[in-house]
Amino acid sequence: MNDSTQSTTLESITEAKQSPASIKKMMLILSKATLDNVYACFILANGARMEGIEAEIFFTFFGLEAIKQKSLEHLHVATVGNPALHIPTMLGGLPGVEALASKAMKKEMEKLDIPGVQEFLEILSASGVKLWACKLAMDMFHLTEKDLFKEIAGVLTVGQFYDRAKGDHTHILFI
Amino acid sequence: MNELTTDNKNNLARNEEGYLLDFSQWTPEVAQQIANEEKIELTDKHWEVISFLQDCYRKSMALSIRTFGKGGPVSIKELYALFPNGPLKQSTKIAGIPKPAGCV
Repeated sequence: MNDSTQSTTLESITEAKQSPASIKKMMLILSKATLDNVYACFILANGARMEGIEAEIFFTFFGLEAIKQKSLEHLHVATVGNPALHIPTMLGGLPGVEALASKAMKKEMEKLDIPGVQEFLEILSASGVKLWACKLAMDMFHLTEKDLFKEIAGVLTVGQFYDRAKGDHTHILFI
Repeated sequence: MNELTTDNKNNLARNEEGYLLDFSQWTPEVAQQIANEEKIELTDKHWEVISFLQDCYRKSMALSIRTFGKGGPVSIKELYALFPNGPLKQSTKIAGIPKPAGCV
């Protein structure tokens, strides 16, 4: 406690917090809707807000499934082409295996107090995370805003998304 | 190590991020002092959150933003409005309890 070499003054703590190198805004692009990718994106967005960093998510291509009201509670983890899951590919392709693995993963997440997709979207929205749908992908999948989670902020083109990323200390992350 | 000198000249030990090391040393005056550092003016709503967090801490409940979604004294939206630079980070610091370790 009296070790002066370790002493940190309040000023230095405040300075570190306001240092120009700190991240101000995270712009996340979610292009996939396998459960693990969706959770990675949501946890990064929520984690940013919890640290006082702004966050926005751009849902594009298959990422749209994560905000499509009909599908968002039925996302799966990939059991084929996912060697890290340690399920033999031939077995992973059998009917029901993907559903079973997904159910097991959701159960594990719940044990860690990680919410399901719908509840997580509600938390993100309440936390001030702006949720954007990609216009091109919406057109491609023939979706309208009515098909989406009700609290999305709107539909954007890529150009509009980049425009929102302007300013110093903004990071763009593609998932 | 970092210390907080209270009005009655007690030096309270804190970690590098400014969290009290010993919750038993916390007083409302200490909360006020930390809130000043965080540039937060404490209102009744803030105090409700503080005592809620301290209750959770005494019960050894793990804290996450979900705790507030499921039913805390204020909604998640209000919590962000009260503590804009990291809701749980700032509120736990002012409440004198450790920063939550979880990712959510």
